[in-house]
Amino acid sequence: MDPMLIGIVAIGASGFAVGLAAIGPGIGQGFAAGKAVEALARQPELRSEIISTMLLGQAVAETTGIYGLVMSLILLGIAQNFL
Amino acid sequence: MERFMEAPGVVFRVGDIPITETMFVGWLVMLFILGLGAIIRRTLDERPRGIQTYAEIAVNGFHAVVSDTMGADKVGFLSFVGALILFVFISNILGVAGVRPPTSDVNITMGMAILTFLMTQFYRAKAKGILGYFKDFGQPIALLFPLNIISELAAPISLGMRLFGNILGGTIIVALIYDVFPVAIPIPFHLYFDLFVGAVQTYIFAMLTMVYVKMAME
Repeated sequence: MDPMLIGIVAIGASGFAVGLAAIGPGIGQGFAAGKAVEALARQPELRSEIISTMLLGQAVAETTGIYGLVMSLILLGIAQNFL
Repeated sequence: MERFMEAPGVVFRVGDIPITETMFVGWLVMLFILGLGAIIRRTLDERPRGIQTYAEIAVNGFHAVVSDTMGADKVGFLSFVGALILFVFISNILGVAGVRPPTSDVNITMGMAILTFLMTQFYRAKAKGILGYFKDFGQPIALLFPLNIISELAAPISLGMRLFGNILGGTIIVALIYDVFPVAIPIPFHLYFDLFVGAVQTYIFAMLTMVYVKMAME
């Protein structure tokens, strides 16, 4: 295959990798934040505990998005070799 | 800031081993923490004064976090978790000073994650004995043995990659903003990506480390 084409495809794929991987964590984090607000409205005295649990859950949900970012950086590194 | 888009530069070489910028800054951070500890240790007093007050607040905070998360009987992990929190936090916020954060290097974050992984394996074997260690992987049924091993190996990878991806992503975004707006505009982005994300990721890294070790011992 044409090396130039491989480079261009790698750059496009890196954009798609981070963009598509951002959808899932976005939904998940928003859901977690919404549920945390519900819990806060019900029990405002547990504020610090709810927020720390929410942040921990969001961070775990974020992992797949970060994998997408790492993949996209790897793809950009590959593209550099071909362009 | 353009240089943040490239791989970390080599500061000097020891034989054939290149010592990169991130490694070197990481050592400086460790030296800083050690030096701070030595200075505070030297002027330790019954009545806290000056810097000792802040050190006591920090140690009390770490103590509360560790005993809340792991239970009062495992508070001995305070020294490990406290060192981890200090190193990761100081490394993360170095981006404010225009220094490449050591935690934006996958070698350093994965190094810490592998350390956590070895710790979980050691304490699992210590708490349950060698037989119980292998039995633990056959939970709830022996059929799931390979799946349990995969999930055990995935934990350190996600732990290291999460910190690395967050910090490197923030560093790259701030560097891109510097290319377009060299003055004033990057300040709020520094506050968010370096200080806020840095603090949250430190908390999460320490929290997950504690949870993994605690779960292995149960």
